Amino acid sequence: MTATEQRETPEATLAREETFLQHFLHSLWAANTVTVTVLSIVLAVIVGGILIIVSDEDVLNTYSYFTARPSDALNASWDVVSDAYANLFKGSIVDPAAVQGWIDGSNGWQAVFSPISETLTYAAPLVFTGLAVALAFRGGLFNIGGQGQAVIGAITAAVAGILIPLPIVLAVTVAVVAGAAGGAVWGFVPGVLKARTGAHEVITTIMLNYTAGLFLTWIVLQRGVHDPDRTDAISKPVDSAARLPHLLGDGLRMNLGIVLAVAATWVVAWLLNRTTFGFELRAVGANPDAARTAGMSVTRTYTLLMVVAGALAGLGGATQVLGTAYALTPAVAGNIGFDGLLVALLGRNRPWGVLLAALLFGALRAGGNRMQSFSGISLELVTVLQALIVIFIAAPALVKAIFRLRAARAARLQTSVAKGW
Amino acid sequence: MNVLYGLLQPDEGEIIVDGVPVTIRSPRDAINAGIGMVHQHFMLVPVFTVTDNVMLGHEPARGGPLGWLDRRRARREVVEISSRYGLRVEPDAVVEDLPVGVQQRVEIVKALTREVNLLILDEPTAVLTPQETDELLNVMRTLKDSGKSIVFITHKLKEVKAIADRITVIRRGRVVGTAPPDTSEEDLAAMMVGRSVILQVEKGPSRPGEPVLQVAGLVVNDERGQRAVAGVDLEVRAGEVLGIAGVQGNGQTELVEAIMGLRPVVAGTVALSGVPITGRRTKDILRAGVGYVPEDRSVDGLVKEFTVAENLVLDIYDRPPYGNGLLLRPESIVASAKERIGQFDVRTPSAEAAVGTLSGGNQQKVIVAREMSRPLKLFVAAQPTRGVDVGSIEFIHNRVIHERDAGTAVLLVSSELDEVQSLADRIAVMYRGKILAVVPPDTPREEIGLLMAGVTAGVDGRGTSDGKVEAAPEPESA
Repeated sequence: MTATEQRETPEATLAREETFLQHFLHSLWAANTVTVTVLSIVLAVIVGGILIIVSDEDVLNTYSYFTARPSDALNASWDVVSDAYANLFKGSIVDPAAVQGWIDGSNGWQAVFSPISETLTYAAPLVFTGLAVALAFRGGLFNIGGQGQAVIGAITAAVAGILIPLPIVLAVTVAVVAGAAGGAVWGFVPGVLKARTGAHEVITTIMLNYTAGLFLTWIVLQRGVHDPDRTDAISKPVDSAARLPHLLGDGLRMNLGIVLAVAATWVVAWLLNRTTFGFELRAVGANPDAARTAGMSVTRTYTLLMVVAGALAGLGGATQVLGTAYALTPAVAGNIGFDGLLVALLGRNRPWGVLLAALLFGALRAGGNRMQSFSGISLELVTVLQALIVIFIAAPALVKAIFRLRAARAARLQTSVAKGW
Repeated sequence: MNVLYGLLQPDEGEIIVDGVPVTIRSPRDAINAGIGMVHQHFMLVPVFTVTDNVMLGHEPARGGPLGWLDRRRARREVVEISSRYGLRVEPDAVVEDLPVGVQQRVEIVKALTREVNLLILDEPTAVLTPQETDELLNVMRTLKDSGKSIVFITHKLKEVKAIADRITVIRRGRVVGTAPPDTSEEDLAAMMVGRSVILQVEKGPSRPGEPVLQVAGLVVNDERGQRAVAGVDLEVRAGEVLGIAGVQGNGQTELVEAIMGLRPVVAGTVALSGVPITGRRTKDILRAGVGYVPEDRSVDGLVKEFTVAENLVLDIYDRPPYGNGLLLRPESIVASAKERIGQFDVRTPSAEAAVGTLSGGNQQKVIVAREMSRPLKLFVAAQPTRGVDVGSIEFIHNRVIHERDAGTAVLLVSSELDEVQSLADRIAVMYRGKILAVVPPDTPREEIGLLMAGVTAGVDGRGTSDGKVEAAPEPESA
């Protein structure tokens, strides 16, 4: 009978646990419509424009004689903001000058596709890490560990790509699978801890993020991995057979990663809606008590869910190292795991929403590079824009109030209901 | 009622208090207008004392608005109010230690300290024992005599007839009519559902067959590790309904959850058609031919965000034709849902509407439809008609009897004595984790009521009845 109790008890406690965080996020998503999401982006762009004006000294100077000649200030403001956003667009979607140049024959077709290639290159890893967060959340888990899982995925993918010599197609397959497997292991640990002991996944995944980061700094310097020709912390380059092939020739960075990312989005959507596991995880995520009463195993679902989420984030790390970086450095995974949280939030936890959100973040990043070099606006503005979008999404009532949406009334009422007694 | 109390705003119309139109934007406005409300779910802080809870929201202070709390004055107020209206509460008791009935009294005291003239009681008796209900009705009479107006919302016809001076029936957001309290129950029920309802379930005599569910010496603990089921023996035969009567909180919940494999069994055995199922997984028990309607549909029975169709396969989603180990077949799930919606008269805009948008009665029908649409040996129904409209109650009752007549063993747990008496072929009365007696359904209500209160003398108890129940009052002649 003790065996029974050991198996039953964590199930029961897990099922009855409704954390504050989950409750908060559930209500957040309930209040956020697609309209609010779009309006949040619009608001962020407007606030970003104000920041551009404020941070430009020349433009600010025109405001000192605003009452005398307001047109100076307005024109200057318009110029600097429109120039910045135009460069953001040209750097991420298409530059009309390049199209003109292609027609004239003054530059090749690569220049036309370069912005979109950059956008897709930056977006691919974010799709994976965004999906890792979104999927876990649909199952009721808050996976903060996308970063750690991506780092481990990058390590295993790179190590496989460096150490296992294989022919071309096989090599890249093995490296990608190794990345997924590494991430899966890193997701399994918090999953099984949650299922067996009830350890909260937010705490364990955060801890595992540190562990993964430190492990990366260590392994980069190890014999066999470290590049002996370099004095800095960088690994040997990934075998060229194991790299994700470029899609539009070697002149453009766009690689197979984005194709894998779209495929992963489709797979996650399919998993959620067309498989029994997806049904279980949605049921467990929405109401663990009812899921348990209907005979589902909450612990098994949690464990499996974290394995799948970890594998997705691991693929994100693998895409990064096999698609663009080609070598391990302590910063190889950048911030893709944490950006994945924002992408999932913006994508409203829906697979195709995540894909769109990742494309937007990728575009901001790609356009930001051009904005920095052409308009002289710091790349940090992109980070500010991303943060603003997220802030507005986190405060749906604010967005609704600004745009006087009818739903705002309902949102205010909800607040008052929450306060009543 | 939420509009009256300022939780919702009206789209149209006005509220008139004492001849003066008022606007109520928040509960504070409502209290200022002299309206108090006791919610169905208590709004008390469990770790605070009675006094703290009562003063919460209008804390008396000494020395200006930022002064010290004047607990002593608040305590005096509590004592004063409770003695004036006969609401016995201990001002220093911690709320979480109090029984539900007393917590409700605290809520009433709290409303009264706001000097309200109109008290709204939203389904106050849903959580009370029959004795506590009587006490509440007495308190309401005292309040009425001291000049307070009371709006008493309930589903229970007997209670309105016992207390109300005027009865207003509301159906689907409209006032159907107002009736004097001497209107017959049948007429009131007819007003509530819009057609006449047979409150008595029509059923023939049962033809019990082989024993299906056998429970022997079952001991189960609750969440806090307290003994909830203290040695229960039960037998339910094919083709009979065994009703478990008892005041809520006497171990019925834990008993049912242990049978369903949702709660660890400390000692004893559960067998289904002779096969032991003690400690088996819930999934295996459901698969073995057990249907289960859980006590709390919104917590355990349904996933509110899911569609009606998805909820209809919540425990069979991975079996053909709905799916297999890997894949789901949404088309057949929706197709069979449409069929079931018709069969069980579920009022829903479509099979793909979220179940949370349906009324309580229709949500319950979704659960019943799900559990009855596979071949069953045993049907376990815990509080199957709680918070459900009269029309749905009738429908669910008929379905239960239909299932019985098809040869299924039915275990019915209900704190509504009327429901147990009209459905069950045998009634087991549960008190403090034990079955005190098993009696036939035509046993007088008073006798069963006494058993529910733990009084065993004078009843020919069978099964595991023992006369040594703690704190049993002096035996009365039954």
